[in-house]
Amino acid sequence: MTDDVPPFEAAVYADGSITYPPHPVGPDGAERTDTLDLREYEAHVVTWTTSTATPPGVRQPNALAIVEFDLGGSYDGPPVRALGQVVVEDETADGEDASGDRSGTDTQVVAVGDRVEPVYVAELRDPEAGIREPASQSWDGFRFRPVE
Amino acid sequence: MERVAIIGASMTQFGQRDAWLRELLVEAGEAALADANVTGAALDHLYVSNMASGEFEGQTGVVNALAHDLAATPAYTARVDQTSASGGAGVYAAWQSVASGASDCTLLVGGEKMTHRSTAEATDVIASLTHPVEYKHGVTLPSFAGLTARHYLETYDAPRESLGKVAVKNHANGVDNPHAQFRKEVDLETVLESPIVADPLRLYDFCPITDGSAGLVLCPVSVAEEYVDDEYVVISGIGGATDTHVVHERADLTTMGGVRDSAAIAYEMADIGPDDVDVAELHDMFTILEFLQSEDLGFFEKGAGWRAVEDGVTDRDGDLPINTSGGLKSKGHPLGASGVAQLYEVVNQVRGTAGPRQVDADVGLACNVGGFGNCVTTTVVEGAQ
Repeated sequence: MTDDVPPFEAAVYADGSITYPPHPVGPDGAERTDTLDLREYEAHVVTWTTSTATPPGVRQPNALAIVEFDLGGSYDGPPVRALGQVVVEDETADGEDASGDRSGTDTQVVAVGDRVEPVYVAELRDPEAGIREPASQSWDGFRFRPVE
Repeated sequence: MERVAIIGASMTQFGQRDAWLRELLVEAGEAALADANVTGAALDHLYVSNMASGEFEGQTGVVNALAHDLAATPAYTARVDQTSASGGAGVYAAWQSVASGASDCTLLVGGEKMTHRSTAEATDVIASLTHPVEYKHGVTLPSFAGLTARHYLETYDAPRESLGKVAVKNHANGVDNPHAQFRKEVDLETVLESPIVADPLRLYDFCPITDGSAGLVLCPVSVAEEYVDDEYVVISGIGGATDTHVVHERADLTTMGGVRDSAAIAYEMADIGPDDVDVAELHDMFTILEFLQSEDLGFFEKGAGWRAVEDGVTDRDGDLPINTSGGLKSKGHPLGASGVAQLYEVVNQVRGTAGPRQVDADVGLACNVGGFGNCVTTTVVEGAQ
């Protein structure tokens, strides 16, 4: 874990619940009290898809998964999940080919139940290519890579 | 609170149209007014349901344009944007305007012009409704459908073929809808062998990109017969609800809380339960959504919606016909128009004017979903008697 990688930040609320992404208040309105870096945790795949009809600036095909973090026995709040891109075998994790054409790639790169870890990517899609104003949000984030 | 009648309904041809949004809105608006035997001058309120005319066409202020074109000034006007549920939200606004006593005659027109954009561009306009942490990963509405479909099939041990049968059913229904974008039957093999769009879902699991418009005229029940004798229906229940914006934060990824909660409100207002519904129009933007909604509306137990399709329960000649219009799947999905066009079908079914699609229906229901279940309006319609 290097210091120049930003945290994968989830929010912790006064009632003990945790969400990703963070919200101003928790699911039941509880005050936000702390943060949790999800880089420290592994997750398992709940479901996955590979999207072949991708918008401008998005890699094609685009393997996506909803994963659920395994936060340990002491956490008994609502499941903490994230939806993100899946790292594929022939792809560098630094986002260099974030919008590259990968048509023809096998559509299954992960399976339900697989254990995964977050991998930082500086640019998940080309911010200039889509409809959303580039300055309105961040474009870096975490893909998920199966744990060997 | 005034009881509210729908005294006029219309929809344009859905599909790839040469007309732009202003023209589409006028076409449906004029037809709805004609169906109700009223003119623009009679309107107190005028609403336009539209998701993204600025993004698609560079045209904003469309409701003011429509008010002028229909000679409806000085009616109160408002545009209603609630993503794919703009139509349903417009029905709610129009109902509220009459129920509250603020309007004695309201026109609602929903419309969208989309087909001049490429599929990638249109997909991106729609995906712009997602949360930033979803959007930056390239998440689209079809990819939500693929993720949910896989989870549903695995959770409830449902066969992939059952999703395909939704497409087969709704395409068959669309053959008899002269306004539908696709009036062509498809067989299961064609559906299951079509190109993958969002694994495990394929091309025929998705609705098309569509241009079109639809309209409704509403007034108090107490004066409805002054316009259309007894050729009207009554909005006996209506409810709106939301679910989490971030889809992966839902406790159960196969439950649409907005559908469940809006239906509970609508059923209570109408003093009915799901067993009383005779015909329903559901938001089958993707085949998997018909399963989720049919369960969350209480028609079937959780995880049993797929069996109902397999058993023919939701066929046009089944116990609960669903999407007799062809649904969004076959009829098309011009975003802002869809929720209004659902009511067009339900109104015609309940008043007995659905032609070859007619089923035996005293109570109809429409469920219009925005985002991937982010916002929902459920409406119950009953006959004038």
